[in-house]
Amino acid sequence: MPSYVNPEKCDGCKGRDKTACMYICPNDLMTLDKEAMKGYNQEPEMCWECYSCVKICPQSAIEVRGYADFVPMGARVTPLRGTDSIIWAVKFRNGTVKRFRFPIRTKPEGSIRPYDGLNQPGDLRDIVLAGDREKLGAEIPVPAGK
Amino acid sequence: MANPEITQVECDILILGGGMSGCGAAFEAKYWAPDLKVVMVEKSAVERSGAVAQGLSAINLYMGLRYNDPSYSKTPEEFVRYVRNDMMGIARDDLLYDIARHVDTSVHMFEEWGLPIWKRPDGKYTREGPWQVMINGESYKPIVAEAAKTALGEGNLYERVAITNLIMDAEEENRVAGAIGFSTRENRIYVFKAKVVYMGAGGATAIFRPRSTGEGMGRTWFTVFNTGSGYAMMLEAGAEATQMEHRFVPTRFKDGYGPVGAWFLLFKSGATNAKGEDYLKTREAELQKFLPYGEAKPTPTPLRNHQMLLELLDGNGPIYMRTEEAIAKLAAGEGPERLKELESEAWEDFLDMTISQAMVWAAQNIEPDKAPSEIYPTEPYIMGSHSGCSGMWVSGPEDLAPPGYHWGYNRMTTVKGLFTAGDGAGASPHKFSSGSFTEGRLAAKAMVAFVRDNPNTTKLNGGAEELGQAVYKPLTNFEKGRGASTRPDVNPNYLLPNQALRRLQKLMDEYVAGTSTWYKTSETMLNRGLQLLEMFKEDLENLGAADLHGLLRCWELKHRTAVAEAHLRHIMFRQETRWPGYYYRTDYPQLDDTNWRCFVNSRVDPKTKKWDVFKKEYLQIVPD
Repeated sequence: MPSYVNPEKCDGCKGRDKTACMYICPNDLMTLDKEAMKGYNQEPEMCWECYSCVKICPQSAIEVRGYADFVPMGARVTPLRGTDSIIWAVKFRNGTVKRFRFPIRTKPEGSIRPYDGLNQPGDLRDIVLAGDREKLGAEIPVPAGK
Repeated sequence: MANPEITQVECDILILGGGMSGCGAAFEAKYWAPDLKVVMVEKSAVERSGAVAQGLSAINLYMGLRYNDPSYSKTPEEFVRYVRNDMMGIARDDLLYDIARHVDTSVHMFEEWGLPIWKRPDGKYTREGPWQVMINGESYKPIVAEAAKTALGEGNLYERVAITNLIMDAEEENRVAGAIGFSTRENRIYVFKAKVVYMGAGGATAIFRPRSTGEGMGRTWFTVFNTGSGYAMMLEAGAEATQMEHRFVPTRFKDGYGPVGAWFLLFKSGATNAKGEDYLKTREAELQKFLPYGEAKPTPTPLRNHQMLLELLDGNGPIYMRTEEAIAKLAAGEGPERLKELESEAWEDFLDMTISQAMVWAAQNIEPDKAPSEIYPTEPYIMGSHSGCSGMWVSGPEDLAPPGYHWGYNRMTTVKGLFTAGDGAGASPHKFSSGSFTEGRLAAKAMVAFVRDNPNTTKLNGGAEELGQAVYKPLTNFEKGRGASTRPDVNPNYLLPNQALRRLQKLMDEYVAGTSTWYKTSETMLNRGLQLLEMFKEDLENLGAADLHGLLRCWELKHRTAVAEAHLRHIMFRQETRWPGYYYRTDYPQLDDTNWRCFVNSRVDPKTKKWDVFKKEYLQIVPD
């Protein structure tokens, strides 16, 4: 079923204007059963297992069960995504557990000022793109003879 | 659901698709023209949309120009030669060179925005292979999306709006004027009018029957939500396409389709058949059949596929990535800490970009330092950004493009005012994430110049209500037809999109060189496939959608079908086998440089819907 929702943890994102999983799913899969107030994956065979819903869920209510076609049962791959790093717990079918921690960003979310440090735009007709003068670190190459 | 609200939006620059190239276009457009209204439309959330939604473990194109160090840096000329060989002799030198000379700026900005890039002790980015750098890329897309959204400013981003068609100008022939689509969240049609339109939708997945046909069919290698919509809409608008016969058949870790780049390049792993033989060596003589490309270094990707397919057909599978041998070599003479580090790097490679493959390892109790893993060729993908070179025929940069390859504005298609890049721009593959972002930027600068030169507003051809009815037709079909059956999914009046998708996949698989024929086809098979495809296209008028999610799937399927037809017609036209390992014409099994070292282009006449498929001369600007 690729991503699935644990009904004991899901609160339907009560009090929010939209559910987190519906907001993020790149393939329009996560939806809300408005009667039960629980989310669910409406088309598991179109799930890419990208884990976007798993990572964003404020209740940690969403998990992934490997594709029934080819994944033996019993494994779990569980992320905990923080502000600057992500922790993964990988549980094997045979019970082995491995944990990993990787950085995800070096600057806080919301801090990007895309044009900081760039000069004013130059000539619209030349080959220079935004930032080439300041950040390329080399002359823009042109082929020999040009 | 009927009588949708209609929202009309007018802007200067309309960006369709918020993937890597669309984000690059937004960033660049607002830099050159803060005064222009730039609007972006995305069918999901830009934070996790497009091919980089899940993340990446490497940036596959970085030149290192700033070091001018031959042991580390690459030149644009080297890039052009490398890509041209991987494409078996044909690529747009001008487009490739243009990307290569600007791509480092993009990567340097990604790092400044907060993307963690691995560093060597000397401070340079850690190379995975000659062109790639390693990243901690779980949040690659959220970071790039944040930059693009900040650049666009409040109120200029329309998420959960799926674009179905471009709209042409009412008065000027062959001029784009806007686009139409619908909200996947409410009963609303959107009509956008613009002076210039950027098509940033991705390549096409799932047009062939996949190897996993149950719940696992969503585990495509390329992003399953990339539905070829850009190609379909640009073809419908009358834009010239190129190399639509090309495809990419990636060899990946079996079933989960996890990346192999880090294993082959960073960990220097080999692959063997089940007997432990290095089939790239034992099958070396096979390369002589495809000269001069068979002698190129590195061996072109399709030829390496070809060698593996021969092994599989001879019953020498499974093919294994020898991860355990690679790790043993790297850890030899090192302490346990190095082994731990290598293990973490191996797992991160999957966890950053293909979590499913980590699940496969865990579920099959595979530890890569202890056991090898199977690799396998996937179903075909039509794309322009990775190792596939399909897409539109676009204008090159004025200072590089040979005569005939430039018509006014960089990355403009043959339709006036319609620009594309990334997966959208053909014959310029191997741009990957960083190159797609960069190519979006190249297009955006040219689009700003276009708007300065063409400041007058366009006029939409067609009224919003009439256009909206066509968009909503599958919903209408369902409503009208549903009474004929007690089951919504078995009804003589309509086809549901998931049913029709399987029909398309079966047809493409069996007639157009899918996996079930081991990528083989011929003119007679293609002709029969085309007959059936014509009937399929007629039946698409009877698609039924029960709700807005179904409507999204209906339009994605229509777009996939247009790409499928282009692919079929191009394969039929090219009478040779240029890319063995990707597909074989059994009636023309040889590579034929004398007659076919050229592009195959096509155009659909917007009025008659007739296809014109023709040769386009390959012009070399970077010497061998």
